[in-house]
Order: sequence, then C-alpha cells, then structure tokens
Amino acid sequence: MILDEAGLTALFITLKLAAVTTAVLLVIGTPLSWWLARSTWRLKFIPEAMVAMPLVLPPTVLGFYLLIALGPEGPIGRLFETLGLGSPAFTFTGLVIGSVIYSLPFVVQPLQRSFESVGTRPLEVAATLRASPVDRFFTVAVPMAWPGFLTAAVLGFAHTLGEFGVVLMIGGNIPGSTRVVSIAIYDHVEAIEYSQAHWLAGTLLVISFLILAVVYGLNRRFRPIRL
Amino acid sequence: MIKAGIKAIKGEFVVDADLEVPSIGITALIGPSGSGKTTILRTIAGLERHPGSCVSVGGSIWQDTNVFLPPHKRSMGFVFQEPSLFPHLTVRGNIAYGVKRLTSKECEMKVRRAAERLGLIDLLDRDPSTLSGGENQRVAIARALAVGPSLLLMDEPVSSLDAELKNEVLAYIDGLREELDIPIVYVSHSADEVARIADHLILLNNGRVTAHGPIRDVLTRLDLPLARGEDAEAIVEATVAGHDDEFGLSYLDFPGGRFTVPRGDMEDGQIVRLRVLARDVSLTLEEQKGTSILNIFEAVVEETADHGISQVTVRVSAKGVPLLARVTRKSASVLDLRPGRKVFAQAKSVAVLS
Repeated sequence: MILDEAGLTALFITLKLAAVTTAVLLVIGTPLSWWLARSTWRLKFIPEAMVAMPLVLPPTVLGFYLLIALGPEGPIGRLFETLGLGSPAFTFTGLVIGSVIYSLPFVVQPLQRSFESVGTRPLEVAATLRASPVDRFFTVAVPMAWPGFLTAAVLGFAHTLGEFGVVLMIGGNIPGSTRVVSIAIYDHVEAIEYSQAHWLAGTLLVISFLILAVVYGLNRRFRPIRL
Repeated sequence: MIKAGIKAIKGEFVVDADLEVPSIGITALIGPSGSGKTTILRTIAGLERHPGSCVSVGGSIWQDTNVFLPPHKRSMGFVFQEPSLFPHLTVRGNIAYGVKRLTSKECEMKVRRAAERLGLIDLLDRDPSTLSGGENQRVAIARALAVGPSLLLMDEPVSSLDAELKNEVLAYIDGLREELDIPIVYVSHSADEVARIADHLILLNNGRVTAHGPIRDVLTRLDLPLARGEDAEAIVEATVAGHDDEFGLSYLDFPGGRFTVPRGDMEDGQIVRLRVLARDVSLTLEEQKGTSILNIFEAVVEETADHGISQVTVRVSAKGVPLLARVTRKSASVLDLRPGRKVFAQAKSVAVLS
C-alpha cells in the first residue's frame, strides 16, 4: 500500500480545497483586479495594500483572526448562523473562506498586472467599433489578459495546496472533512511515521512540480487564445 | 457638416476651439504638438469627456449640455497612431469586430469590401503579428471603415511609419478621399502629409483655431505661419493633358496654364496634385524668352510680406490659383511688386504629389 486510506482522503480534500478556492478566487478576483487595474482613484493604494497583506502576515495571525471571525460570535459566523448554515469554523466551508483570503494576492496581482498590460488603447479601439463596456471586457480585455488568468489560477491553486498555518488554525484537523495533506504530514512526523510522511510529501511534491512544469511549458510558446 | 465646440481644461492647458468640418473630403487638423489636435479629435469621438463641449454630426447631436453619447454609440470610425490591432484575432476577425456588433447580415461581404479597399484580401486569414507596419495600419483603417461610419477620425495614422510605408498608407488614404462620401478628419503635425491628401485645413495653436479653409488658400495666406516658413509652398491641382515620350515629359493643365514635368505614371484626364515651393518660384515683369525654365505663368501680385530682413514672400494669382514666390527685398523693390502688378511666375521645379 502506497498511501493509506486516510492519506488518500487527505489528498482528495487538499485537491478539492485548492480547486474550489481557485474557482472562487477567479470569480472574486477578476472584477477586483479589473477595478484595481483601471481605477484612477487616488486612495487605490489602500485596497491594494489590503490585498497584499496575506503575503507578509504570518499565517497564524491570519488564522487567528479568521477563527474569531468565523466563530459563533464573529461577523462571518453570525452571518452564517442567520442564514441557518451553522458556524463555518472547523468545516470545509471555513477552510475555503480562509484559503480564499490567504491566496487572494496570488490571484489578484497577476490578473491586475495583465489587465494593466492590456492598456486602455485596445479598449478604446473596441469602443470606436461599437462594443459596449461589458462587451469590451469579455471580447478584448479577457482574451488579451489570458496568460494572466493562467498564471493566477495556477498560483492560486498551488499556493492553496501548500497552505498549513491557516488551515491548522481554522480547520481543526478533522479527518475526512478538514484534514489536508500538509497537516497529515505534520501529524505523521510527530508520530514518527516517516514512511507515511514520505509518501504524502512525495505525492505533493510531484503534483506541484507537474502543475508548474505544465504552466511554464505552456507559457514558453504561449499565444493569446483565439476566439 | 460637422460642428464641434470643444472646451477642455487639462491643468495649465486650455482648448477652446470651434470648428466646422465640411461633409466631404479630408479636413486636416494641423498644428504643433501640444496645440490640442488630439484632444479635439478624441472629444469628437467621445473618448474624452469635456463638459461644456458640443459635437454634432450631420444634424445628429453627439454631445451638448444634456447629451453625451458614449463612443460605442457614435457613428464614427477612429484610426489611432498605432494600429492597435487585436492580437487574439486574425485580420478578418479584426475587420469583422465592429461589423458583427452592428448586424450579423452581410458581415462577410462588408469585411471583404473594406479589405478590398485597403488591398488586404490576401491577408485576411493572417495573424496581425505577421504583418508589416504599413499593413497593420491598413487593417486598422479597414476595421474602422467596415462599420460604415458617417465620419472617419484619424489621429496621426502614419506618423509612426518609416518613409516608404508612410507613402504606401497615404496612397490608400488618398484613394479613400475619392471613393468615400464621408468626411475624414485627419490630425497631423506634418505639412508634407497634409499637402498630399487634405482638401481643407484647420490650423491650431495653443488650443485655438487660428485659420481654416480650403488647403490652397490656407497654405498661401501670408499672415499664417505656413507661408512664413522656409518650406512655404502652394498646392495646385492639375489635370493630366498628355505626354511627350520623345523628351519624357508629362503635361498637366491647370486654370493658370500648363505645367511640364518629368514623365510620370499618370493617365490622361487624371487629377494630380502639385507642390510648388515658394523658393523655387521667381518673378519677372516680361515673359522670358530663351530660358531653360518650362513652367512660366502669367499672374497678378495679390499680397506681399517681408521674410527676414532681405527677403519678401509674394502671393500671386495665376487665373485664380494662388502661388507663392520668395524673392529678395531688393528685387521686390526694383520690380515694384505691389498688389495688382502683372508679372510672370517661373517655377524652376515642381513636385507631383499623387
């Protein structure tokens, strides 16, 4: 047996968490980064700094505040209670919320850079060719910023795979629900089960390498997608 | 007829220009950099919004105190200085971009017609990155025309091209002037380009209109900077009357007489533009015999203006066609060149522009 059942479960949860988080981040991050790229608001640096915070904060700090926010007395926890969803702390949903915040800069920053590199000119051209603002966004900005979307999705996914501190604080390490690979490895090492730790660590290593290799491979001969 | 009153304040820089653009031909907005040309063009297009401005095109109001049509609702085509083709679309996709948004019917036909006009039929399936600079700009022009705009705006469309490509694209723009029945507003800082293609000139300086009118009048007005420069010139439109193959010459008729120029690739009856530089024109009181100069026209002095301390620029009219001559102040005094004086203008060199 290469990976025991608990290990496979942890791996599955990890991949699911990374996929869901990446999807949510692309949905939230696209309009946010578009706004950051296009806005001329003079206080824009404030939301920009906020987006970048998870880059510098220790994950435990982020996890601590999230734990409070997600708890029954916290604002997010209360919102969930009001909606009749139960407290998100120590649940998969809570992990997704934490991961979204933790990986936000890894998605927003590449998207913002690529929207910025599109510049205003192509959008002006589209405007003179009868395209409405929404039309311009989907038919000019998104296809031209496509490499940025790829980078953003991969960085968001890969960064969530490797998350440890935040999930430890808010996940509670519940097998089958919130126990991800990074924590499982830690547990195995604590219990001196080096063989199990090896298999899990090795799997994560290979997956991460493959994802990055594919992306760099694509980027090398990358051409903007054709509609 | 396009009427625009553009009022824009950008820090220290103020544009306050009222313009009227005739509904036919190419009107060039010309002036030094920072004179407000591009601001005016972009405001007409709705790409810049300056409250207090008004724009109306052929009776429909695009902007006034209560109205502001966004650019995608204005029936215009815009050609930018850089071609700015969409890199993710082919040449065909670029030209079709605007057409698709108007109507799905006859899209392919409209794309082909626009492509034909700009000589792009063979390039339709190519990627923009594989085109030359001139081809890129021709695609941008075709793309702007394909939507069937009622006004074409061009912002220095050839200024980023080298001389050869510039001529290639200018030749196409010149062709459009004859084929299209829509007005073209052409922003440029190059008198050379304008001399080749423009029918009307609007002169700008410091955000204000300093002169406007048909090109041959504005170029030869002695109170304007164009006629005061070293390269002061007159533009003459002439009809090809015939060729002399023995001597390799072409004859070009205009109301004031006949120009003889080196044989060019021109068809009989074709209308061509000639440039006659003021410094190449001299004046005599009697018709010279036994001279090597072939282009000599009867003319009447209309106006004179000093050029520096030793020279005078003279505008003469050859049966209504204005020409400029630059002579020394001494000659002007000896020949008594005052308005009404009958003279002969001899041009030692003439350039065919089209």
